[in-house]
Amino acid sequence: MSELATSRSRSGAWFSRFSRPSRGGGRRLPLLQQLLLQLVLGLVALTVLYPVLWILSLSFDPTDNLRPTELRLIPPGASVRAYEKVIEQPTPNPVSFARLAFNSLRLSGGVALASVAVAVTAAYAFSRLRFKGRQVLMLMVLTVLMLPSIATLAALFVLLNRVQIPIGDGLFNLRNSLWGVGLAVLSTQLPFAIWNLKGYLDTIPRELEEAAVIDGCTVNQAFLRVTLPLSVPALAVTGFLGFMSTWSEFAISWQFLTNPQDFTLTMSLYNMVGQYAGSVPWSRFAAMAILIALPVSAVYLYLQKYILSGLTIGSVKG
Amino acid sequence: MATTESAFQAAAGGKRLTKRLSPYLYLLPALLVMVVITFYPMGFQAYMSLTDYGIKNLRFDAPLPDFLALKNYIRIATTDLGLSNFDFWKMLGFNLWWTFSNVIVHVSMGIVIAVALNTEGLWFKRIYRAIFIVPIIIPQIIIANVFRNMFDPDYGAINQGLTLLGQLLRISPELFQIRWIDQVDFPISWLPLTLSYFALLITNVWLGWPFMTIVATGALQSIPRELYEAAEIDGASGPQQFWRVTLPLLRPAMVPAAVYGIVVTFNLFTLIYFLSGGGPIRRTEILLTAAFRLINEQRLYGLAAAFSVYIFLILLGLTLLTNYITRATESYDV
Repeated sequence: MSELATSRSRSGAWFSRFSRPSRGGGRRLPLLQQLLLQLVLGLVALTVLYPVLWILSLSFDPTDNLRPTELRLIPPGASVRAYEKVIEQPTPNPVSFARLAFNSLRLSGGVALASVAVAVTAAYAFSRLRFKGRQVLMLMVLTVLMLPSIATLAALFVLLNRVQIPIGDGLFNLRNSLWGVGLAVLSTQLPFAIWNLKGYLDTIPRELEEAAVIDGCTVNQAFLRVTLPLSVPALAVTGFLGFMSTWSEFAISWQFLTNPQDFTLTMSLYNMVGQYAGSVPWSRFAAMAILIALPVSAVYLYLQKYILSGLTIGSVKG
Repeated sequence: MATTESAFQAAAGGKRLTKRLSPYLYLLPALLVMVVITFYPMGFQAYMSLTDYGIKNLRFDAPLPDFLALKNYIRIATTDLGLSNFDFWKMLGFNLWWTFSNVIVHVSMGIVIAVALNTEGLWFKRIYRAIFIVPIIIPQIIIANVFRNMFDPDYGAINQGLTLLGQLLRISPELFQIRWIDQVDFPISWLPLTLSYFALLITNVWLGWPFMTIVATGALQSIPRELYEAAEIDGASGPQQFWRVTLPLLRPAMVPAAVYGIVVTFNLFTLIYFLSGGGPIRRTEILLTAAFRLINEQRLYGLAAAFSVYIFLILLGLTLLTNYITRATESYDV
């Protein structure tokens, strides 16, 4: 990943172990100012951590109390009971956590793979090749990119609902399946993948390909042998971002799916809050929230340098 | 650069037709997929918006919906939908206010914290950086749901925390039975914003400022130290240095980040749908939550399509406007 890391050092400042040499030539911070800054930043850090600590502490509550009545950092008799309950059966629907997780995983993995695989050649064309209609096509991709998925939800719902294929004694309705949800999510994920990959490809030095061409490579070979191997980290990051946004997708799956066996993790989380919460103890809601967030948050944390530098590069360049 | 580029282009462009076609072959897979699942649905949506498409038309052998011409559009613009509290213009106004109030807070907090964090000789820098990344890495839907419960009047951590703080200051706990989500009255009588707006604002500020801090940190570190030294020699005080050196030089990085923030916040469906549900009585509804409810609850697909076309046009305008602003500031680059 060094290729990316070096070419995008602008926001790398956030992650660097060593800070820039001191501005005032080694001047030390006066103690009073130091304490004041510590107080302010400490308070800010506290507000950031408060919800996280609350939900963590709640998830280890061993009782089946419906609602927490007081704030506690470590609940007495802390245990993983809530996690066990949630993994057994998160909602009143007769569907296990494993099933929900498998659905979310299939959906997110499928969308991530498909979006990257389809996007990569288009991103390469936009980044490297000059051709008629380039501006217009890029503008089209950008236009779709700014359009949120809900803005085409009505049409996708109606159109996918028309695809009904008789299978065995039943009727397979594309709309009412994870395939349909995947297609609908892909329709907004693909422009994002194209744009994000183009941004990364723009930072890979063009000279490498030019050298390959001079050495007798065709354009296709330069793409396959030079650019593609160099962009593997970019593909991984773009794929992960697609995975994460599908993993936390809600509106489309909630609108499309009716069979609890097809439900995703976020759909069942919604069944545990607000008007549906009813008899679900919040300790289970907390455990569920953590179980959904943990895998993607951990990967995000691991990839943060590459993701955030990509995002800020994109925004810095406009 | 130009010469090597043309060498590359010569190889890419070539003389033969197959070579000239090659860029389009690279585009083909993505274009095909987008035509089928993006552009065709968008066109179909435009058609739907002119009809009374509803549940009755859903079956594939169902009759075609009635053609209404622009009636859906007129009904939305004149607030003639027969849905209680559904006022398009009020929603649009709230949506814009929601967007700009959030981004202004995000950017200013982001800059202030970045500057504080960048102070030379500050202790625990790395710890702060590790903590401040937390709101970015957690999926938004989880944050929205967690805050929904945190704002619960009886069992939520916000009111409980405030009560604890209040005890230190001997304030009666009854004062902190704040009904964040469902209180219909405005807390400040002359300001038409509900408590749920403030709950949303608090949540989204929690969510949004760290990104701005990261962008600002990157830009701060690229400001040459000599500028501060020169300012100091010229007798500029600390605040003067901030306003005259730091802020102008942060602008090229912060403007595009703010534009990005504006588009994201304008469309922040997840947070609003889960936290306030657009309530009470649609007072925190943004265009996207309203569009989703037209589809999901009212099942008025034709009307929802027209509504989405409005959203599309508004977003287009917003994007063009923000692009214009970004371009206008581009010349400001260091």
